[in-house]
Amino acid sequence: MPFIPHTEDDVKAMLETIGVSSIEQLFDEIPPELRIDALVGVPDALCEMEISRLMRARSRQDGAPLCFIGAGAYEHHVPAAVWDIATRGEFYSAYTPYQAEASQGTLQVIYEYQSMITALTALDISNASLYDGASALAEAALMAVRANRNVKSGRILLAAGVNRTYEKVAHAISGNQGLKFDRLPLDRHSGMTDLSVLSKIDQAPVAVVIQQPSFFGSLEPVDRLTDWAHEKGAQVIAVVNPTSLAILKAPGHWGSGGADIACGEGQPLGIPLSSGGPYFGFMACQQGLVRQMPGRIVGRTTDLDGKSGFTLTLQAREQHIRRSKATSNICTNQGLMVTGATIYVSLLGHEGLQRVAHGSVQNTTELLAMLTSVKGVKRLFDGAHFHEVALALDRPVAPVLRALAKQDILGGFDLSADYPDLGNALLVCATETKTRDDLERYRAALSAIMAAGPN
Amino acid sequence: MSELPGELLYTEEHEWLRQEEDGSVTIGITDHAQAALGDLVYVELPEVGAELDVGDEMAVVESVKAASDVYAPVGGTVVAVNTNLADDPEKINSDPYGDGWIVRMQPDDMANSNTMDPNAYQELLDSLED
Repeated sequence: MPFIPHTEDDVKAMLETIGVSSIEQLFDEIPPELRIDALVGVPDALCEMEISRLMRARSRQDGAPLCFIGAGAYEHHVPAAVWDIATRGEFYSAYTPYQAEASQGTLQVIYEYQSMITALTALDISNASLYDGASALAEAALMAVRANRNVKSGRILLAAGVNRTYEKVAHAISGNQGLKFDRLPLDRHSGMTDLSVLSKIDQAPVAVVIQQPSFFGSLEPVDRLTDWAHEKGAQVIAVVNPTSLAILKAPGHWGSGGADIACGEGQPLGIPLSSGGPYFGFMACQQGLVRQMPGRIVGRTTDLDGKSGFTLTLQAREQHIRRSKATSNICTNQGLMVTGATIYVSLLGHEGLQRVAHGSVQNTTELLAMLTSVKGVKRLFDGAHFHEVALALDRPVAPVLRALAKQDILGGFDLSADYPDLGNALLVCATETKTRDDLERYRAALSAIMAAGPN
Repeated sequence: MSELPGELLYTEEHEWLRQEEDGSVTIGITDHAQAALGDLVYVELPEVGAELDVGDEMAVVESVKAASDVYAPVGGTVVAVNTNLADDPEKINSDPYGDGWIVRMQPDDMANSNTMDPNAYQELLDSLED
């Protein structure tokens, strides 16, 4: 539907019909003591020209440094066609598709997106997306509790490499609903979850969360963890990187039963870093769990005339019908982001996505070799890694990163704040966007900084 | 509106009960309820062995436009559930008092239940139509 503005005359005619002299009069029933005259502390509005100038100045402050930070958000090349298509008016301004007959375009895009996620995760059903990877984990945990009627405790066991920020968000969202998050220990040599403790766990958790690749970039023993969890009667929640699914085993094939729920951050699929968002969370599950899945789901069906069409389905799970007993209070999805992601994947195809994944792994492997040739830099874990790897420095990480930043290089994610027992640890990531010259530039800069001595 | 089976008891929430010879009680929803819900697509059943108080949530019946709770009309233990409803929830629409039964319970105390006889339920239905 096109945008229909109204003129002063239109407004006057509407007010006359209603029987009031001004729009202000329509708010008459609000008691005067509850009305605000001025917004104290809020500066005057800027016009478009002033705002544009302000934001351009701010973006110049960002600069264009060489970025080797991963830690949950990844810089990948986004083909120009992706956002050229996604910002078309039909996609960009499409609203919530509650009215199926007026929203077939949007519904089809979401259906294609859902199909894409089920293909990547090898699971049966995907929803229409959630806000981000962190809240997707919270929703997955709540879903596992609803689905697992046999285990009454709200105890969720996290593998050692699950993103700490995701854990904090999951606790913030679901902690008051009786969910408790415990973490398995880390094997300090391999960088994987320490499996030796599993046999000593008596009380079955309601769910086990496995992140693959882990926050440290390590590859976890997902089959063993999945089978152990299922033997214990726990649900398995996989937190996965969508790019990695082009070459790693999909969650639906983990262990002998497959993960029950898969979720994660969708940003790597064609979404720019944008200082932290907007991103999107994805979630998929096995068929038997679909009625416990939160969020919107688009289904394909036939209309009264037998023609194929799309519609929101299984809406009785959602809060506009189930109210307080709904599977979640979310009543939205990241429509624009999943449109971009779906176009990205459709342009790359399976082969293109594999190349992005392989290119990233290769560059990280090369970067690792180059950086560990610098005196004072060692590899922290000896297990297999994906497109991120942790380094051990012989001195505090923060000053080194500051020195690198002065040379326009964002060297990586300082692990020592969140993981003090790992010592001076730095997480580095090199995606397919980096050239050999980029890697050499990092190596040379780091070498000079380390040789100059600690400061 | 079809006739109300005379051998059943009814509740304000549009459920029916049939007292069986072995002392158990079979429970379902009435024709009025199934018509209001529309075509049923899913029924969430309790676990066999679950102990319920009168008024507890016992089951959920879901149609395309609504999901309604079915409450325990009497306190007791669930001894059987109609597993056919998993593949065939529309049985509740087509045969609400027969094959569309939902739960069978062993009641604790039939005296402590909020049931009414067919005449009282018919009066309730008539008052709703006004």
